[in-house]
Amino acid sequence: MRITCPLCGPRDRREFYYYGSDDYLNRPGPEADPSAWDNYLHLRDNPAGITTDLWYHETGCTSWLKITRNTVTHDILSVDLVAPLEPPAKPRRRAAP
Amino acid sequence: MRYSGFKVITEGLFGNKGWKPAWRDPAPKAQYDAIIIGGGGHGLATAFYLAKNHGLTNIAVLEKGYLGSGNIGRNTTIVRANYFLPGNSEFYSHSMKLWEGMEAELNYNVMHSQRGLINLFHSDGQRDAFVRRGNAMINQGDDAILLDREGVREHLPYLDFEQTRFPIYGGLLHPRGGSARHDAVAWGYARGADQRGVDLIQNCEVTGIDIENGRVTGVQTTRGPIRAAKVGIIVAGRSGQVAAMAGMRLPIESHILQAFVSEGLKPVINHVISFGMGHFYISQSDKGGLVFGGDLDFYASYASRGNLPMVEHVMEAGMTLMPMIGRAKVLRSWGGIMDMTPDGSPIIDRTHIDGLFIDCGWNYGGFKAVPASGWCMAHLMATGQPHEVARRFRLDRFATGHLLDEEGTGSQHNLH
Ligand SMILES: Cc1cc2nc3c(=O)[nH]c(=O)nc-3n(C[C@H](O)[C@H](O)[C@H](O)COP(=O)(O)OP(=O)(O)OC[C@H]3O[C@@H](n4cnc5c(N)ncnc54)[C@H](O)[C@@H]3O)c2cc1C
Ligand SMILES: [Zn+2]
Repeated sequence: MRITCPLCGPRDRREFYYYGSDDYLNRPGPEADPSAWDNYLHLRDNPAGITTDLWYHETGCTSWLKITRNTVTHDILSVDLVAPLEPPAKPRRRAAP
Repeated sequence: MRYSGFKVITEGLFGNKGWKPAWRDPAPKAQYDAIIIGGGGHGLATAFYLAKNHGLTNIAVLEKGYLGSGNIGRNTTIVRANYFLPGNSEFYSHSMKLWEGMEAELNYNVMHSQRGLINLFHSDGQRDAFVRRGNAMINQGDDAILLDREGVREHLPYLDFEQTRFPIYGGLLHPRGGSARHDAVAWGYARGADQRGVDLIQNCEVTGIDIENGRVTGVQTTRGPIRAAKVGIIVAGRSGQVAAMAGMRLPIESHILQAFVSEGLKPVINHVISFGMGHFYISQSDKGGLVFGGDLDFYASYASRGNLPMVEHVMEAGMTLMPMIGRAKVLRSWGGIMDMTPDGSPIIDRTHIDGLFIDCGWNYGGFKAVPASGWCMAHLMATGQPHEVARRFRLDRFATGHLLDEEGTGSQHNLH
């Protein structure tokens, strides 16, 4: 299996760490009740077919990636950065200590 | 028909014409007292014990393929009772006792062989952890013997003890551990259930679960609707899809686990050997093939085949541990779909729907659990109460924090 990282291009699967379903992107607020946390941490749709999950390009550019793929065929449909690149913000001057 | 040595001899003399199919091939009835979804090891054992222990015989097992087409026919057959945590310890101990009586109980040769399991350790810290585990096993009434390096050498002289990465310090020997013929376990329970009147219905996929006013009333299948007031979901890697038919989201992610078998060789490995640091384990089947495997491929998958990095890793680990296997040719490799829970322990519980029960989350260790899981799931479905040795396998334990994290690796599906 090869994954095409948006920054590094096609790379061997071994460079990536799989974290889990993109449920992990919907972190509940601190006031949320325990069932929201259970949903976020443990409960999964676990589809046989198209799914979106999070991978870390551990031995490449170290980006977190959102990958849409087919769990039955291992086809990879799209790979996106979890945090899209933005033009660097103007450096803000810090107040002197 | 009872099987016996006498029967084998007389059939041999008369051209083997008297053997009958080991179970019937019935058409589904419109209604049963209970339905088991899934004809794997756990589903068949549940049906057998529902009939045998609880006298429930108007039941059906619905299997989408053929009996034993899932993980029960794909695993590497290690049977052990070397668990540590209260909750797991008594359950697997119960399972081991059922294994020891299984062939007599089923009148079926499952080739259960208690050849001894050796778990290797490679540091002082790991040795201490193994001493503790061994004591937990002995306290549970099972057996464990701590071997130092020379002790391991007596059993396994062919290991590379001085390898630079993980030199072998010793091992924990579990004499009652071993292996069995995997399909025979499915066939034995199938035949036993059929003899007691259970309908085993193959090529019958469940496509929907009927629920009225919070109660299960039956299932929809590719062979028509079937009514029942009790339904058990026992579908291993497919648990997520079947539970979704009842509107449930489970604490399960399905992952792929690969295994390998070599060409047949003369007897060379007498034990089951587990090399945890290399994520590698091996035994030799009675046919002579080396049966070995490693870890998950580590991403959610329903493909019954894995990827090459894990193949390479397993071969490297095998060569590190026992270079003597380097000339053996690999005959086949395959994968099975594992129902991974976040803490690595199983679930045998009621659901929020009356009459609907679930048995799942066996990760990659559900073969050894087949008899006890069937025993406890049957108890739960018949009496409505969890069995004593399975009472901690709760569906809601992740929400309540009562985890059973045997390996201590954390509560995340891909860590076990
Ligand atoms: C490579 C590998 C090695 C393993 N090694 C070991 C080991 O050494 N020791 C150990 O203890 N365990 C091991 N395991 C784990 C063990 O095999 C499983 O945990 C166990 O077999 C799962 O339970 P089962 O037998 O009921 O599953 P299965 O045999 O998978 O049964 C589930 C059944 O449900 C059926 N089904 C699914 N959906 C539907 C539907 N909608 N309608 C009808 N039927 C349906 C499937 O067709 C299947 O037959 C291993 C597994 C693998 C893959
Ligand atoms: Zn990258």
